[in-house]
Amino acid sequence: MSVKVQALTKVYGEQKAINQLNFSIEEGQIVGLLGPNGAGKSTTMKILTCFLPQSSGKAWVHGLDTETDSLAIRRIIGYLPESNPLYLDMYVKEYLGYVAGFYQLAAVDKQIARMIEITGLGLEQHKKIGQLSKGYRQRVGLAQAMIHDPKVLILDEPTSGLDPNQLVDIRSLIQEIGKSKTIILSTHIMQEVEAMCQRVIIINRGELVADDAVKKLQQRVQGESVVEVEFNNVINEAALRKMTNISLVAKIGENSYEVRATGKDDLRKILFDFAVAQGLSVLNMNKKENSLEEVFRKLTTAKKK
Amino acid sequence: MLTIFRREIFSFLSSLIAYIVIVVFLLVTGLFMWVFPDYSLLEYGYATLDQLFIIGPWIFMFLIPAITMRFFSEEKRAGTIELLFTKPVTDLQIIGGKYLAGFALVLFSILPTLLYFLSVYLLADPVGNVDTGGIIGSYIGLLLLGATFVAIGLFASSLTENQIVAFILGLFLCFFFYTAFDSLRLLNLPNKTLLLLEQLGMSAHFDSLSKGVLDTRDMLYFGSLIALFLMLTKTVLEARKW
Repeated sequence: MSVKVQALTKVYGEQKAINQLNFSIEEGQIVGLLGPNGAGKSTTMKILTCFLPQSSGKAWVHGLDTETDSLAIRRIIGYLPESNPLYLDMYVKEYLGYVAGFYQLAAVDKQIARMIEITGLGLEQHKKIGQLSKGYRQRVGLAQAMIHDPKVLILDEPTSGLDPNQLVDIRSLIQEIGKSKTIILSTHIMQEVEAMCQRVIIINRGELVADDAVKKLQQRVQGESVVEVEFNNVINEAALRKMTNISLVAKIGENSYEVRATGKDDLRKILFDFAVAQGLSVLNMNKKENSLEEVFRKLTTAKKK
Repeated sequence: MLTIFRREIFSFLSSLIAYIVIVVFLLVTGLFMWVFPDYSLLEYGYATLDQLFIIGPWIFMFLIPAITMRFFSEEKRAGTIELLFTKPVTDLQIIGGKYLAGFALVLFSILPTLLYFLSVYLLADPVGNVDTGGIIGSYIGLLLLGATFVAIGLFASSLTENQIVAFILGLFLCFFFYTAFDSLRLLNLPNKTLLLLEQLGMSAHFDSLSKGVLDTRDMLYFGSLIALFLMLTKTVLEARKW
């Protein structure tokens, strides 16, 4: 077990930032820690990285206790804090060399060169960090987190504030790294989890509300299915509405409709049968996945009282 | 610890802080020693380095808090402290690295003044007719004083994320420990209390070392003051865990 958390609780003054959190993460998984702002994602990460101690409960990283083996844990984790703090007055290579200095690495220069290559910093490696754009700073942040080849990577909102191109780059970078490491990343963007993670842990107001594989979680709310369909000709909406299970038909364009249905039968088949019966052709049909966003909203609002 | 020491030294060099500190220290002491007619050694008629050791602590009082003010404040403000504390180093190693970097800078600003000593030594008539013992004692005193100021400045910096606050606080604490206890002598207090007060201040111990007597009590005084402020710094840093 790579990371294990048991009844973890953190209290700031009166407020419980996280409350009785339990989860465990296997080696080599990319896990998304999801939750609205202030849910306790960063706090959980700060405890796992031994920056803050928990109020009660236990947390282990690779079998090491965060309370007693702090230094040993810090040696095997890589951490990218939320706002990606960096020394802006240092040069990229100089900074990576500085971070490497904490870990007694054998071939420092080689490792720095490797990190620069992996994170695509090649062209920027001779610049001062202060001169870099946000996306490149994020890469420097990732490079420093990975320089010692950590067993567990903890990334707090690694993609916040990036432009769409950088977003895609950083995501694929994280996925690439995730093939060989355990990664915990936090975010409040659902697509990100869908794009990168195998598993998602959703917390809301410090409490665990879901912990499941991304696929399974999507299926959870699949009582209803949604299909976008385009026919070649005008259809009889009333007739469509009368088909089995169909609950809602909405026109979204000329001859195209969004159709919702309940029940277990595949809606696409029903629509196709309908088209055949009516003598129409289906030009386009698109099943909409129930996005995690919906799952998320359902789970995090249901809990509110 | 070495990693942090190196990074701080690099930062001094790349931000010009090191050059400015050394140049200002030498310029001011140089002016007082050789140029200003009221103080100049050339007018004074005695082959001593007294000017350096009188003015030195006062310059350090301003310069050292200026060096140390960014040590922790800047890390706190920028958030890099979170990275630092999640690296495999203990709090004491972090403090030690930063402290030694500050001390190194003090050492390197004092070193060139050995040239003053050489000049005085050669100017004396007959050559070499100077109180070498007293001067060595004063150098050790100045070094210990600087070392203590660095510890005080480091502590002030750990208290706040605002560098200006750290500077002013450091300056005040340095001033207080250097001279305030001494100035309290003017109060009308019982002799025993006065003696105690005087012993609490740095200037009494500095003066005692300046006489060329390397009294272990004085060394111990500076040593414990340094240890005290470094421990206080550690306590402040650990406060995040409370």
